[in-house]
Amino acid sequence: MNKQTRLLIASFLSSTFITGAAFAAGVHPTTGEALADDQTFTYRILDEHSSVDPQVVEDVSGAEIVRDLFEGLMNQDRDGNLVPGVATGFTTNDTKDVYTFTLRDTAKWSNGDPVIASDFVFAWKRAVDPELSSPYAWFVQLMSIENAGAIIAGETAVDELGVTAIDDHTLEVRLSAPLPYFAQMTTHATTFPAPQKVIEAHGDAWTKPENIVSNGAYVLTEHLPQERSVRERNAMYWDNESTIVDKVVALVINDENVALTRYLAGELDRTEVPAGQFPRLQKEHPAEAISFPRLCNYYYTFNLSEDGPEAFKDPRVRQALSLAVDRKIITEKILAGGQPEAYTFAPEATAGFTVPEVEMSAMTQAERDSLAKELLAEAGYGPDNPLTFNMIYNTSESHKKIAVALGQMWKQKLGVQTDLGNLEWKVFLETRGNQDFDLARGAWCGDYNEASTFLDLLQSDSGYNDGKFQNTRVDELLASAKIASDTTKIYTEVEQILAQESPIIPIYHYAGVYMMDSDVGNWPVDNVEQNWYSKNLYKIAE
Amino acid sequence: MFGSSQKSAQLAEEVTDFTAVQGRSLWQDARTRFVQNRAARTCVLILALIVAFTIFGPYFAQWNNEEIDWDIMGSAAERGMPSFATGHYFGVDDLGRDLYSRVIQATTTSLLVGLVGAAMALFVGTIYGIISGFVGGRADNIMMRIVDILMAIPTVLIIILLLVVAGRSFFMLFIALGAVSWLSMARIVRGQTLALKHREFIEAARASGVSEITIMYRHILPNLLGVVIVYASLLVPEMILAESFISFLGLGVSEPYTSLGSLISEGAGTMAYGTLWQLAFPLFFYVTIIITMFFIGDGLRDALDPKDR
Amino acid sequence: MIAYIIRRLLVAIPTILVLIIASFFLMHFAPGGPFTSERPLPPQVLANIEARYGLDQPLWKQLYDYLFNIIFHFDFGPSFKFKDRDVNDIIAQGFPISLTYGALSFLAASVVGISLGIAAAIRHNTWIDYVAVGLGIAAQALPNFIMGPILILTFTLWLGLLPGGGWNGGQWQYLIMPVIALSTSYMGSIARITRSSMLEVLNSNFIRTARAKGLPTRSVIWRHALKPTLLPVVSYLGPVFVYVLTGSVFVDIYFSTGGLGQAYVGSALSRDYAVLLGVTILYGTLTVVVNLLTDLAYAWFDPKIRY
Repeated sequence: MNKQTRLLIASFLSSTFITGAAFAAGVHPTTGEALADDQTFTYRILDEHSSVDPQVVEDVSGAEIVRDLFEGLMNQDRDGNLVPGVATGFTTNDTKDVYTFTLRDTAKWSNGDPVIASDFVFAWKRAVDPELSSPYAWFVQLMSIENAGAIIAGETAVDELGVTAIDDHTLEVRLSAPLPYFAQMTTHATTFPAPQKVIEAHGDAWTKPENIVSNGAYVLTEHLPQERSVRERNAMYWDNESTIVDKVVALVINDENVALTRYLAGELDRTEVPAGQFPRLQKEHPAEAISFPRLCNYYYTFNLSEDGPEAFKDPRVRQALSLAVDRKIITEKILAGGQPEAYTFAPEATAGFTVPEVEMSAMTQAERDSLAKELLAEAGYGPDNPLTFNMIYNTSESHKKIAVALGQMWKQKLGVQTDLGNLEWKVFLETRGNQDFDLARGAWCGDYNEASTFLDLLQSDSGYNDGKFQNTRVDELLASAKIASDTTKIYTEVEQILAQESPIIPIYHYAGVYMMDSDVGNWPVDNVEQNWYSKNLYKIAE
Repeated sequence: MFGSSQKSAQLAEEVTDFTAVQGRSLWQDARTRFVQNRAARTCVLILALIVAFTIFGPYFAQWNNEEIDWDIMGSAAERGMPSFATGHYFGVDDLGRDLYSRVIQATTTSLLVGLVGAAMALFVGTIYGIISGFVGGRADNIMMRIVDILMAIPTVLIIILLLVVAGRSFFMLFIALGAVSWLSMARIVRGQTLALKHREFIEAARASGVSEITIMYRHILPNLLGVVIVYASLLVPEMILAESFISFLGLGVSEPYTSLGSLISEGAGTMAYGTLWQLAFPLFFYVTIIITMFFIGDGLRDALDPKDR
Repeated sequence: MIAYIIRRLLVAIPTILVLIIASFFLMHFAPGGPFTSERPLPPQVLANIEARYGLDQPLWKQLYDYLFNIIFHFDFGPSFKFKDRDVNDIIAQGFPISLTYGALSFLAASVVGISLGIAAAIRHNTWIDYVAVGLGIAAQALPNFIMGPILILTFTLWLGLLPGGGWNGGQWQYLIMPVIALSTSYMGSIARITRSSMLEVLNSNFIRTARAKGLPTRSVIWRHALKPTLLPVVSYLGPVFVYVLTGSVFVDIYFSTGGLGQAYVGSALSRDYAVLLGVTILYGTLTVVVNLLTDLAYAWFDPKIRY
């Protein structure tokens, strides 16, 4: 096709777009890029998703699908800022414990029914209902909605949940405590509406492609478990005109190397880059290999409980081990995907979090190594009394590489003997949760974009504090951060205590490292939570 | 201490010296026949060379199996290829560890796993199968149902349970492999026993008053040996593979130790990334072991086939 | 014969029952449960989930309920991991896939393997023998977890001939690589067993007699040698048939076929009890049936075996 005819077709199609038809082979309304004829976005997921029921889904790839199929009160834009979804906006009272959302009257379910406030009420009550027993029921509790905790505990009736449909387009939420970032939380899948009639008609089978009714920009049209799921444009969606991608295909490919091969063969538009392959791919496909910061950390935690080794009770030993880790080698030679080195627990990418100056980050590796040797000697460990301990990680090629490298660093620099334990996932969790280890791998991805999602892990009574780190000052600080208006100083002090006490060894912070076909437009690389919506993507003509 | 080379050498000797059991002319004949088999002889030699390599190879290594070459780490594809200059005769793995030392260590592990696993299957499976097939009737029925049940329990489940409940160790690895591998052997032996037990010569032995146990031992067992030994030699590579599957699940040999199966699967994953030696060297040793096991098994079959006398 | 079959099938029922009970308890002994996760659930939420699935009941009660539902409702329970589906769904979706490529692989492995083995034995110590043996070894030396990546690299990336994975209703393009990957290693073993068994038979007295009588080689082999040759092969094929269905996890992982192998290993690793049990029962039943068929085949191949 020569350029002229293409232009002709393009102009023809862009004129039809004004009348509301699909965008195929037009130009993008704002950027003016020519759009591809085939608006299909195909990407790889590591594992079969757990569910597409918004109140039940618990995994990342499932949540990605749910965000396309359903739309909550608010959405995120490409930078992670809040933008209207089903709600056009919200108001809150002075004490920030009552929120009122106004719903747009054009929002529809894929069967044509209007989306009304009671759909949200139904969904939220469903989420805390012990009968459904959603694994994410705790999220509603985290949102501080009145009575959520009591309902989950079975002490109060489900109808007592602090959420009311004032009329079809007004939703009122009452909180048990003030929560300035409540509206942010409504971008989470658990809070998406659910079609009551359909659920009552089909029961658990309502999420099957032939039954499902959804209110997002896409509808589920095909689901072959462990192979693929397909979602296609929802003609009933209120903003259907702005949707460009017609069809989104998620392919389950367990093996990352196979996924990369299939990407290179042109079967995929997006896949993850295996550890260490980024530099080569960037050289060979500069427009396609991308890397951007994510809201996750990677660390090793010392067992500080009573069952833990005596040696780790000495902060000098912990600090020495942390100092001797050459993070540059791990980020540049093992992962090599643009991951930032970590000297603090919370990642730099976290909103409103300034990475505090910790002593270690300012030193050179040589200085760290010699300080580590000194500290370890002071603590009484050396050639005559070598430090030995075990470290556990779960089965994975890159966890293994990092663990081996750490063990070698300690061995060569400090003469420390480590015993590596590679455990199957569930066994690993059980072992770590029972404090049956000396040093264990850990990683955490933020539930929301605020430093407390990370730092709260190290609160003395946190259920996620597998190392059983106890520090009353940290607990006080974290409690005060909940109500403080400026948290910078608080978080800085917490991180400084962590650097001093070293209950954990921060290793690196995650990066999203993808091969992304250059014809995919508008991937939200600046959204650190990676909450992406297919409706905002488009395929550029090549 | 596991994986010490002497042990595997001894083991290999014991197995290859299988024919050396003294005092029975059958075995002496077999030995003569085996020695005359050129292919089998060559393979014993090659296997012996591999065993020797695992024993003496480390003396030539410039790096041990867990040391990381920090200079090369991260650029294995560009600078980690086999080279005498860097001292990495077989190149390095993805982490910059010396593949030469790792392959030696892996070969030791895999030989040990293969031979011990197959030996366990051989012993338990043969005894169980003969008894079941020969005794017959209700006992046979019950014994085979037990095998059916055990066979139908997912291997993964048995392995996970054994290695997790009892703790991870080389000993448990052998037990786990043995526990899942003797079943087919038992079925095969039982099938053969069923076929043999109605043969004329057995009937004749019975008629002449030979005791049942003696019949089993003297008449049935030697007639089974051909098939059993060929099957056992098939089991060796299967055990080596099973071990790599266990490693794949995260229950196998722990770092820094490794096995041929896990080296091969690591190498296979990265073979498109310009580090083909990571697959080639372990695969070479693996294939060589399989080929030698095949011809040795074959030679043993020919040698032990009593019908040929 | 018929009485024997009926008797065996009757015995199969307690066999499978014992299998269910054994697997059930084994499974509950494995560390970690279905809801053990990176972020431990708050106790109250966990309690609700366990109550929903009856996991808060004593083990004997859970077992009783489980058996009751199977026998009276043919309901094998829910999946704890894939909450949109239950065990019946998972098996109904995955088993036909595994069965399709498994049966094709089995067919390919046995036909090619047996032919290779027979050819090698008849032309013992000639180039045909060496080629067959070489092929057998090559097939066996490339286990399916190397075959997977090699095939995808070759056919998908370099030649661009075949799709790199997926199932697509079992279209032939999607079947080729899984079948090659799965059948090759068994093909090698079958060829070897056939070869050695055939050699043994050809050396036996009755074949020598037949030859001495001047019967043509072809007729000796087809009429007299084939059946006894296949006897040990059949006893190897029985378990292989079950293995190609259970052992297909690599195929499912590399080729995203959506078969039961992946669901099965996945359920063991994620402690998805009901799925694991359901698939175990399926494989158990299959094993029992295949073993029965193997035993019947014995009788056909060797009339001296009496039941």
